[in-house]
Amino acid sequence: MQDTVLVKGHQLSAIRGERILYRGVDVEVRGGEAILLRGSNGAGKTTLLRQLAGLSEPQFGSVVRTGDHHWIGHANGLKAHETPRAHLSHWARVWGSAARLDLVLERMTMVRPADVPSRMLSAGQKRRTALGRLLLVERPLWLLDEPFNALDTGGQALLSTMINEHRERGGAVISAMHGDIPIEASREVTL
Amino acid sequence: MSAAPLWQAFRSAAAEAWAGGAGALLPLGFFAGTCLLVPFSVGSKAATLSAIGPGILWLALALASLVTLERVFQADVQDGALDLWVQLDQSLSVIAAIKTLAHWCVSGLPLVLLTPIFAIMLQVPADDLVPAMLAYALGGVSFFMWGGVAAALAASVARGGLLIALLALPFYLPAIIFGALALNEGLGGTAILFLAASTLFSLGVAPAAMGAALRLAAD
Amino acid sequence: MISYLANPKRFMSMSSWAIPVGYGLGVLLFAWSLYRGLFVVPADAAQGGDIMRAMFIHVPSAWLCMGLYAALAVSSFVWFIWRHELADVAARAIAPIGAGYTALCLATGSIWGKPTWGTWWLWDDARMMSVLVLLFLFMGYIALRAAMENRQKAARAGAIVAMVGVVNVPIIRFSVDIWTSLHQGPSVLRADGPAMADVYLYPLLIGFLGQALIVAGLVMALMRAEIYRQRAQVLLTRRLQEA
Repeated sequence: MQDTVLVKGHQLSAIRGERILYRGVDVEVRGGEAILLRGSNGAGKTTLLRQLAGLSEPQFGSVVRTGDHHWIGHANGLKAHETPRAHLSHWARVWGSAARLDLVLERMTMVRPADVPSRMLSAGQKRRTALGRLLLVERPLWLLDEPFNALDTGGQALLSTMINEHRERGGAVISAMHGDIPIEASREVTL
Repeated sequence: MSAAPLWQAFRSAAAEAWAGGAGALLPLGFFAGTCLLVPFSVGSKAATLSAIGPGILWLALALASLVTLERVFQADVQDGALDLWVQLDQSLSVIAAIKTLAHWCVSGLPLVLLTPIFAIMLQVPADDLVPAMLAYALGGVSFFMWGGVAAALAASVARGGLLIALLALPFYLPAIIFGALALNEGLGGTAILFLAASTLFSLGVAPAAMGAALRLAAD
Repeated sequence: MISYLANPKRFMSMSSWAIPVGYGLGVLLFAWSLYRGLFVVPADAAQGGDIMRAMFIHVPSAWLCMGLYAALAVSSFVWFIWRHELADVAARAIAPIGAGYTALCLATGSIWGKPTWGTWWLWDDARMMSVLVLLFLFMGYIALRAAMENRQKAARAGAIVAMVGVVNVPIIRFSVDIWTSLHQGPSVLRADGPAMADVYLYPLLIGFLGQALIVAGLVMALMRAEIYRQRAQVLLTRRLQEA
């Protein structure tokens, strides 16, 4: 899996309203890499990530993905009434995952609040639940939008480890990020 | 294409409809409240009520469907779940149709089952109840499908509730017309067949529009 | 021709002479038809006497509002499939004019109906109901576009609702026909039936042509305004970013 191109964005552009966010951006990600998207607020990091994920259609340019990917967006994807266990078991079934839920919850240190509806969880706990989805099925590409937001130091360390392990297995990460970088990046793309 | 995602879409939508702030009770209460107001606004004469009762029930059913639909897709947009659904291999149109039908099962079907109670209160003859319930069930599916299209279009708009009503109501017309005729004709007439046909048409066309609208909402 | 005009530059140069021609010819034809309709043709007592002259506004507006909805659906379809920006500009321009003509059709129909049928409004008339539904479709389209946060999204949402609308129109029309055929009230006069005498028909057709030309001019003028607005927006944001 190492060195295979997992996603390739060619000459991507984004227009917000009548304003050009960015144009002519080329992104190519191979197995084992971690690419950071940098840029000030409103520069279009989220938009580029969404284009790479196939959520937004680029006005110009093209995206080719060769494998499956995981998506962790700004919003965690949790329903207010959903418990972390229900959320993870729901997506595990949708994706046909054979992962053991109790192990995933344990890894994310979410065993204790596993059965609390998410509206009563803290922002960090919700984020940990969402990140738990990364462990449900093995997918070569992770697309992460500000994944360290809301996480405490323990959570940040955990996510860094997860990302490193994923890269050692030959996976790749593209992450939009501002501020300090708790992971070692192979490349940065600045918008 | 495995069936698990479809079943999960149904389950999660049904769970959300139950859970979301007395979600399932809300349309019931709305339906009951509308029926309750009728005798006070048009008079309590049994003859008047039995003449307009079935029509009033249609109206209450159509409006009650709109009450629930606002949240069907808007919640998914806000909490980010839509992003995950859009990235599945499964057709988004099918997922959207299943979610809409799940909402119909939770908040539309109980209205159909409760119809006899309100129908009797509104002096509808007891013989008409079975065709009436069948017509309300068929018409309700059609309401939810077209309402689902409007809800998907309005999903990315804050305060989309009135917009949903404005967009969806013209499409409710065939189901209302054929449904009301079916109540007069009973099960032997052609109107119930037309009603079933218009419901089938909605099942065929609306999902594609919902899928396109949800892709737009995710963009 | 559509793909030829899809180029905004060509559209701008074409419309700069097409608009005045449309307005000029349209006003001439419309004025002639109004003159014939109001002063020359005999009043038909069976259709309410002089009030039947409202026909020369009413009938063209009825045809035009249906034609405009069809045009809205076609340009939405073209935009949705080929993403020609100009098709969306056209759809955006057509909607308010279509809504206006639909309202005009309903208003003139009512004014004509009051002395003829004895009522302003007749729920039993399939054509009135269909036009009313059309008004709601136009209003829904305009409201949806207005609610969207940016133009690209508004274009996509508008295209979806216009296409869903146009596939439903025949079914709505059919259901309304069935309904009215069962509720047939006082005999409804068919003003535009095939039996119409030539003396009415020619001014009517000429008047329709005139109004259609005026509408085409209006649509193109609104399209030009929208293109200018977009260009101005681009210049403005560019200047803001440079500052």
